[in-house]
Amino acid sequence: MTVNIPRRRWLGSSLALGASVVAAPVFAQKKPTGSEIKLGQTMPYSGPASAYGTIGKVEQAYFKMINDEGGVNGHPITLISLDDGYSPPKTVEQVRKLVEEDHVLALFETLGTPTNSAIHKYVNAKKVPHLFVATGATKWNDPKHYPWTFGFNLSYQTEGEIYGRYLLKNKPNAKIGILYQNDDYGKDLLTGVKHVLTGPHAKLIVKEVTYEVTDPTIDSQILTLQSSGADTFIDITTPKFSAQAVRKAFDSGWKPLHFLNNVGASVGSVLKPAGLDKAVGLITVQYYKDATDPQWKDDPAMLKWRAFMARYYREGDVNDASNIFGYIAAQTMVQVLKQCGKDLTRENIKRQAENLKNFRPPLLLPGIAINTSPTDHAPIKQGQLSKFDGQKWALFGEVIGGGAG
Amino acid sequence: MKTPPLLSAVPALTSRHIAALAVLLALACALPFLIGNYRVFQLTLALVYAIALLGLNMLTGYNGQISLGHGAFYAIGAYTAAILMDHNVLPYWATIPVAGIVCLVIGFLFGLPALRLEGLYLALATFALGVAMPQILKHNSIEPWTGGSQGIVITKPDPPAWLPVSQDQWLYMFTLAWTVLLFFAAWNLLRGRIGRALVAIRDQPVAAQAMGVNTALYKSLAFGVSALYTGIAGALGAIAVQFVAPDSFSFFLSITFVVGVVVGGLASISGALYGALFIVFIPNIADQISKAAPWAIYGVFLIGLMYLMPSGVAGAIRIARRRWFDRERPSAAQRAASPPARDVQV
Repeated sequence: MTVNIPRRRWLGSSLALGASVVAAPVFAQKKPTGSEIKLGQTMPYSGPASAYGTIGKVEQAYFKMINDEGGVNGHPITLISLDDGYSPPKTVEQVRKLVEEDHVLALFETLGTPTNSAIHKYVNAKKVPHLFVATGATKWNDPKHYPWTFGFNLSYQTEGEIYGRYLLKNKPNAKIGILYQNDDYGKDLLTGVKHVLTGPHAKLIVKEVTYEVTDPTIDSQILTLQSSGADTFIDITTPKFSAQAVRKAFDSGWKPLHFLNNVGASVGSVLKPAGLDKAVGLITVQYYKDATDPQWKDDPAMLKWRAFMARYYREGDVNDASNIFGYIAAQTMVQVLKQCGKDLTRENIKRQAENLKNFRPPLLLPGIAINTSPTDHAPIKQGQLSKFDGQKWALFGEVIGGGAG
Repeated sequence: MKTPPLLSAVPALTSRHIAALAVLLALACALPFLIGNYRVFQLTLALVYAIALLGLNMLTGYNGQISLGHGAFYAIGAYTAAILMDHNVLPYWATIPVAGIVCLVIGFLFGLPALRLEGLYLALATFALGVAMPQILKHNSIEPWTGGSQGIVITKPDPPAWLPVSQDQWLYMFTLAWTVLLFFAAWNLLRGRIGRALVAIRDQPVAAQAMGVNTALYKSLAFGVSALYTGIAGALGAIAVQFVAPDSFSFFLSITFVVGVVVGGLASISGALYGALFIVFIPNIADQISKAAPWAIYGVFLIGLMYLMPSGVAGAIRIARRRWFDRERPSAAQRAASPPARDVQV
């Protein structure tokens, strides 16, 4: 159930709201004149992943704003967003409704790895554009077998590749210990690391250990890694275990160069419980701006987003990173529709979705651009490393791309 | 010992009943040709759930054993079918009975120790099974078969070449045939000696034992047969959805089954159908009414229904029908002939 969207709720929202009211520009109201563009999606508004439901809501709010400004090339966008409760059979049912009854032009941002797996074959058989799925798995970028499916997030493999690449360049003699969660997500990220550390570099990895989601602690795994002589730690864990790993790696006196994957890099839910002083020096990957990060406080894109939130999605939490993520995805969707011009067919939507060139939604980190091609259905392939300074994540170095495409 | 027919757990069919069932069956056969493929798919799911609910109802409604873990048997059935199809061991139609038998055995074995547990304690034991199942399915040791948390994608079966129907219509027909078969078998099972024994164990366990009913055997059998039904439903559901993954069988599925059984009507065969329609369609209606709190709306539906129809939809229909016929033929003798006990048993 890992969707690779860090959730941070640690700054007071009053401050953020104050800034947004000041920055709210005047919105022009224009009526769209063209026929409507119907998009569909499933979202976990209920069930175990319901915290992510805000992504669907922020996207609907974004399209509302686009429609108020005159739509895309004069066409208003309707997003039919249905609840699937994060249950794959329900996703199949709802997506079939969207395709066969509502006749949506495309699917947009259906959320979750198991849920999208359930409809993967169906939408490709029906030739429905299956755009920008909200999951970190790497398998969505497979245009050869699934030409109608497009990923969106920085995939787990790419993230792993970024860590590997950084190490090759900056610490070529590292002795690497890896801890990963024993499931598809953990293995996906590990695959990325190993993509880069192949051949003669494979021996840099001195020890690999795993844990199960059901394990109570990972203390013994950390001690195993420590005794292996590793001086670098790639930590592929989900929040509960990330907090344990950060604490144990520090308390045991190991203190390696510690790479903590993005899934577990939340300041509020991981680093604070672990102890902020113990987290100093951690490295992770980011690819979009964090609303709670002071360095973006006066960033024009961030001010515009806050104004949007205040006007169109007032009940949304401005400290929830999902609301930035959904906003970027909706902008990318609008870009595809803009490129489509008058030809609003499924074929053309697919063609334009694989023809995004150097598109830069301003809430992505500077230097990161979205690029796709007929052989590359992974829009975001770059990230930037950032280091925890005891208070916040501070970006450093340059934007690094993965090679998984 | 000859029992008077009045004490039968399930009423005998009159010619009027048979005619009504024939009309219903004809309607069910015609329906997929009148509506779109998506609706056909939804009805297929409803039939699948109806089978599962019937299975649970045998256990809970007729035998009085509460199970909060039938989602686990549904999952086992689904995975059995999916694994057999994925490894090309069996064609899709042959996986259904295998899934049923696997669940029968597991259900029977689970039922043996569960015999010592009564009421809420059994509910807790089955609860554990339901909660554990998704994690068991993800476990490493069986990952080569189950696909871990990625699950298994199933190819949708094609209709026989000689039949000019769509894949969805064919799956509906296939599921309908199983539904009819299993409902008939359940009716046959419950209206006779076994049905009476199950109800006797539920209502008066000591008296039942005194009358020579092998309580232990019947309770385990009820568990086994109930699991068999649910397992077959799981296999049919997996083929209809074309995908199985641990997340498909969360603990919530087990609760959904209990809700379906109670809403449809405890100890009622037809109730399984009403319950299935409820669990397929009401969440969608709730979602249409409110995105912010679909489950709150669902809860309102549930409370409203339980308030208006305390004995489930089947019970409400039965009462309505009796009133209607009483008005037609208001004979005191007839009213006397239907003892109040039948209200909860039919």
